[in-house]
Amino acid sequence: MTVPDPNVVRADLPALAVESLSHKIAGRTILDAVNIAVPASRFVVLLGQNGAGKTTLFSLVTRLYTAQTGSIRIFGHELRQESSRALSQLGVVFQQRALDPDLSANQNLWYHAALHGMPWGTARRRIAEELARVGLADHAKRKIRGFSGGEARRVEIARALLHNPRLLLCDEATVGLDIRSRADIMADVRGLVRERGLTVLWATHLIDEVQPDDLTIILHRGKVLNQGPARDIIAAVGATSLNDAFRRITEGKAA
Amino acid sequence: MTLGGWFRCFVGIVWREGLRFIQQRSRFVSALVRPLIWLFVFAAGFRSVLGVSIIPPYETYILYDEYIIPGLIAMIQLFNGMQSSLSMVYDREMGSMRVLLTSPMPRWFLLVSKLVAGTLLSLPQIYVFLGIAWLYGIELPPLGYVTVIPALILSGLMLGALGLLLSSMIRQLENFAGVMNFIIFPMFFASSALYPLWKVEEASPLLHDICAYNPFTYAVEAIRFMLYEKFDLFSMEMVAGFLVVFLGGAIAAYDPAKGLIARVRTGGAGA
Repeated sequence: MTVPDPNVVRADLPALAVESLSHKIAGRTILDAVNIAVPASRFVVLLGQNGAGKTTLFSLVTRLYTAQTGSIRIFGHELRQESSRALSQLGVVFQQRALDPDLSANQNLWYHAALHGMPWGTARRRIAEELARVGLADHAKRKIRGFSGGEARRVEIARALLHNPRLLLCDEATVGLDIRSRADIMADVRGLVRERGLTVLWATHLIDEVQPDDLTIILHRGKVLNQGPARDIIAAVGATSLNDAFRRITEGKAA
Repeated sequence: MTLGGWFRCFVGIVWREGLRFIQQRSRFVSALVRPLIWLFVFAAGFRSVLGVSIIPPYETYILYDEYIIPGLIAMIQLFNGMQSSLSMVYDREMGSMRVLLTSPMPRWFLLVSKLVAGTLLSLPQIYVFLGIAWLYGIELPPLGYVTVIPALILSGLMLGALGLLLSSMIRQLENFAGVMNFIIFPMFFASSALYPLWKVEEASPLLHDICAYNPFTYAVEAIRFMLYEKFDLFSMEMVAGFLVVFLGGAIAAYDPAKGLIARVRTGGAGA
């Protein structure tokens, strides 16, 4: 019998499979029996208002803390049992800025490369590639403190992709950015899905960031109320727009 | 992850701590100024008041300035350990802690790497302090400057681990000043850093008992003996024991499943 290599990523597995996930903080239920399947190489939107549980879900998926019940699999690797393999498949852009402001873009990326144990040569090449890709190659030695919000976000995306993850989590990645920066970042991340086959789970409360074909998961008060392509969700509740559908679903007025 | 990957991760953490240390020049200066004030002002003033009799590891009468050197070295390490924990709290508030904790490396390894980095950074501070003390006229046995290194590493790790444990319990940067007051000063004063334990016992048996339970006392004594090329097994064992307890506590606290840190909510609008 052949033993399967645990490092091989199987294409038929969902990028992220969350099953019966519940979590309480200070006695308050933040996530309640959440089930999510994110197929590989897709742009998937996690849509929910502030307080819906998006950040908590991301904190559990990134193992900042462990779920009290339920399971999380990243490309088949159970997060609790195979955390190292699961996390190595993951790139994260956190809602809260997570760069060291006193270090340069280059230094922040080097630090991340080291935390993933990347060989020096590979790290050097990947840092140059990613900074060039996000248009910041000329700013590699500038301290983050001097970066605009949009530039810092681009550095964070470059960092999240440095170790070639197959699943990218973006938690409200465009919040606080101007329209131009938002559009640039959205276009960049959507391009990564098309060109590299990256899987993206994009958490947002901004409905205008969702396109009709996007697989959309509506999370409300810790529960998944609906999931599917945005256009199907709109049709299913007889709404005129996703905004309308979201309002009907979250207010319990869906047809 | 390969062995090389672990090594690169460790080097990366030490490198980043080193960069932050270099950028925070005021941290280096204050780490030096603090013990130097104790040496130049406090010890000079008390030199004629406090007499220290011949107690191990000393083989002759010594000046008070010389007596408090090990305590001041441990003080540098204590502040350094607290500074590292402050840096952890700062990282958590700034969000960069998430980058560390989402590394595929085991969390205990990340914490131990942080701890070792902090300990290594305390060494140059200590040797600069010893250099200034030497210029001031406090000459220790030449070999003592080398034999003390194992004690410095062990005590640095122990005090750093205490800092790590504390950082897991502190929710906001603002709360840290209180911890400094309630941890650093009692630890420093209720120890053998400023006066020998037999003197403390003469003054207050209760205070002597408190000093005897204070991990800082053993850090000071381990350093004191090894500065004079002597090995105090009991102190080293106590320091190692406290290291295991504090580090074990810190690792448990940073465990995502059951740790205190799991209950610390990090900012952001989302729940």
